[in-house]
Amino acid sequence: MKEPLIFDLSSPGRRACSLPAFDAPAKPLTELVPQDCLRQDDAELPEVSEIDVVRHVTRLSQLNFSVDTHFYPLGSCTMKYNPKINDRIASLPGFANVHPYQPASTAQGALAAFGLLEQTLCEITGMDAFTLQPAAGAHGELTGLLLIRAYHTARGNPRRKVIVPDSAHGTNPSSAHLAGYDVVTVPSNKQGEIDIEKFRAALDEEVAAVMLTNPSTHGVFETNILEIAAMAHKAGALLYYDGANLNALIGLARPGDMGFDVVHLNVHKTFSTPHGGGGPGAGPVGVKKSLEAFLPTPRLARNATDGTLSWNYDRPQTIGKMRSFYGNTGILLRALTYILAHGADGLRRVSEVAIVNANYIKAKLKDLYDDPFPQPCMHEIVFSGRLQKKQGSSARDIAKRLLDFGFHAPTIYFPLTVPEALMIEPTETESREMLDRFIAAMRQIAGEIAANAETLHNAPFTMPVTRVDEVKAARELDVSFVKRNA
Amino acid sequence: MNYIPNTDADLSAMLREIGVASFDELVAAIPASLRKFKMELPPAMSEPELQRELGAMAARNKPLDALTSFLGAGAYEHFIPTAIDHLVSRGELYTAYTPYQAEASQGTLQLLYEYQSLICRLTGMDISNASLYDGGSAVGESAYLALNAQPKRSRIVVSSALHPEYRQILKTYTAGLEMEIVELPVSDGVTNLDALVAATNEDTAAVLLQSPNFFGCIEPMQKAGELIKATGAWFVAVVNPLSLGALRPPGEYGADLAVGEGQPLGIPVGYGGPYVGFLTSTKQLVHKISGRIVGRSVDTEGRDAFCLTLQAREQHIRREKATSNICTNQSLMALRVAIFLTLLGKRGMREIAELNLRRSHQAAEVISRMPGFALKFPRTPFFNEFVVTCPAPAQTICDRLERDGIIAGLPLGRFDAAMERDLLVCVTEAKSTADIERLVEALGRAANQRA
Repeated sequence: MKEPLIFDLSSPGRRACSLPAFDAPAKPLTELVPQDCLRQDDAELPEVSEIDVVRHVTRLSQLNFSVDTHFYPLGSCTMKYNPKINDRIASLPGFANVHPYQPASTAQGALAAFGLLEQTLCEITGMDAFTLQPAAGAHGELTGLLLIRAYHTARGNPRRKVIVPDSAHGTNPSSAHLAGYDVVTVPSNKQGEIDIEKFRAALDEEVAAVMLTNPSTHGVFETNILEIAAMAHKAGALLYYDGANLNALIGLARPGDMGFDVVHLNVHKTFSTPHGGGGPGAGPVGVKKSLEAFLPTPRLARNATDGTLSWNYDRPQTIGKMRSFYGNTGILLRALTYILAHGADGLRRVSEVAIVNANYIKAKLKDLYDDPFPQPCMHEIVFSGRLQKKQGSSARDIAKRLLDFGFHAPTIYFPLTVPEALMIEPTETESREMLDRFIAAMRQIAGEIAANAETLHNAPFTMPVTRVDEVKAARELDVSFVKRNA
Repeated sequence: MNYIPNTDADLSAMLREIGVASFDELVAAIPASLRKFKMELPPAMSEPELQRELGAMAARNKPLDALTSFLGAGAYEHFIPTAIDHLVSRGELYTAYTPYQAEASQGTLQLLYEYQSLICRLTGMDISNASLYDGGSAVGESAYLALNAQPKRSRIVVSSALHPEYRQILKTYTAGLEMEIVELPVSDGVTNLDALVAATNEDTAAVLLQSPNFFGCIEPMQKAGELIKATGAWFVAVVNPLSLGALRPPGEYGADLAVGEGQPLGIPVGYGGPYVGFLTSTKQLVHKISGRIVGRSVDTEGRDAFCLTLQAREQHIRREKATSNICTNQSLMALRVAIFLTLLGKRGMREIAELNLRRSHQAAEVISRMPGFALKFPRTPFFNEFVVTCPAPAQTICDRLERDGIIAGLPLGRFDAAMERDLLVCVTEAKSTADIERLVEALGRAANQRA
């Protein structure tokens, strides 16, 4: 059952690939490169045959939960179905086998794809310009904050502070810190929205930006968003939109219309690109006209006469570059494919169904699990497991027990504002029958806790391993294989 | 086309169960003024239409297999074993999330642990994280780590032979911090070590050197390491991992951090991404580095089991005090690297690296004998790239060769006007003797052609 480490499968002399022979006269290497630059001992890599590798990786893959095999109601992560056509398009040799420094004349299709994606993202979000360079959401945040810093610096004062609500993702304060800002945290009110009086008190002329997620990580829409935007702008601050929850709003409302000046999107959430076990994603950043000059270089340029596209590096006010080349092209192509598959009406339906699915779960579970925000939710629902905690089972126990029912766990202990948080995001790609099965499992677990909370402490019971000792992992650090003494 | 199972009938029934009369009741919190807009998007396409339209878009590019390309400069054309694409196409791997729920993610976790172990063995370093975005952002990240871990040191010293895009990223990343960047000049294609000594002091948090550097030259890393050590600054080595099959690894010359671009190890050039950044360190710095790390532990029954570890460094726990803001990384690309290193194995990595050395030297030798062409740094050792000074502007030469489907290399005038005649040529194991002959013949013709 247990799959050995690849190093344990190694046997001297085994090979899994062959390389062409060098067909010209071969000099000793030391005539090419001085001895002291050369590696003396071979790296201790495995010696295995191809079938060993294929079986090893295939067997390991079978130990995973994934969207292709399981319902994954992971709040704030938008684990929707990843359409297969997306991968097919991204792996066409015309995209996958193009070098980033090839002359623009040999990459017009790739440049056109970048242009079309920028344009469609502007339409979806109500922004004026997009950069596709950032590699992930947090990378987009850092890009956005550096843009905001450049904007304020050009006006004479970079300012010192960034306001972040207490419900924000950890990346928000962390990104603000890396961009050189002090973080000011503003609490939420009972409805799960930002406390507007505390927000007013925190605003001053040293606030560079206000970072908001809307709907917030409480799964509720910020009803005062227009007033918040007006207050921020009046103080000279810019409004930053964390796009983690955009799956609730496509076609229903646009951050640009709400007054946001900078937006990052997570295409691996909203636009169906696969999560890959933790990446790669992409985090395009959209801005209003007033920030366009600062966007990372290069920017797409269209020749006015013949319409051909090229990269323009001549951007005197640019913040610079956030990564090499242009972005996670293969991921961006998947997002473009998804957007083109849907069109405007199709995308709006995505958000509508995501919202109905989440409210359906809420309606069917709120008698058993504490529902801290009674208004309708948007695309995700945050329950508190505090009633179950009183009976002796934690949110972690509930999460682990769900695995036994064949469901991935919800996001737990986040947002930090809700005790024993269980954050559930079904997405639009789950059927009513699947939701019913999930609801039934959650109800059964509530029953198990009421009957004997202790049994859950050892869950899960049916996974390839039982609970993993995380304390030992951190104390007796083993993060790189060294052969144990036989 | 959409991917939504629920029909209108399902949705109506669900709305009834929710207890609302219409969908609009669920979104009453959105101000009415925000609901009035129109998205101008192309009409929805069916799957056959997507295949046709996007296929046509792809066909407007010329992929490397339709060209003879000598481009490198941070993205390399190498052999990619077929089994890699096959294995990473498994839905269990590519549609899984970050392995926060260890019990349901042992596959991803063990594979990332193996990735970390393989990278450590290749680099000779003690610790590897589970990936960063790419080589360029790994350089930016290394500056964050050095500055954050040594609050009294505020200078980053960097070689001007570091990839120009990486240097620009370093500047961009650090724009909001109180620190300074000092760039070292280049002599004979490698970093001037006298300048390094002069620039590095007790205020220096890190010195960043790339080897092979942007010009393909192998830096004197051993000597540089000794000089840097004397100042207490971190020595950050930026390395091409494929070169380490044949070249001395950073763990042997005293690097504190070794970072770089993992693309050469089994990742397609893909018009710039997705790639993968690797970040490795000494044991002493394990709590200072960023990114996810997988550890081996046991489950409640004492069996080997894997989980994410040292999460107290990370943003979801530490928020603004975290070592980095990174969350999503490049796991699937790290998996490609792990499979590549496993398939190539101990002997294959040695062979592929030596083939790169031999092919590039084969080409350099012939080109350097051509009238009008010369190696710019003839005395300096190189790996699989070298700079050729041409008899005409390099861009002009390249334009002439492009008509014949040959990309001769990267003209360096775009980075430095003084290098207008210089061409960065990369020759990997993917090039044959016939390809090199074709390049040489075309260069000869282009040089003799009058404008």
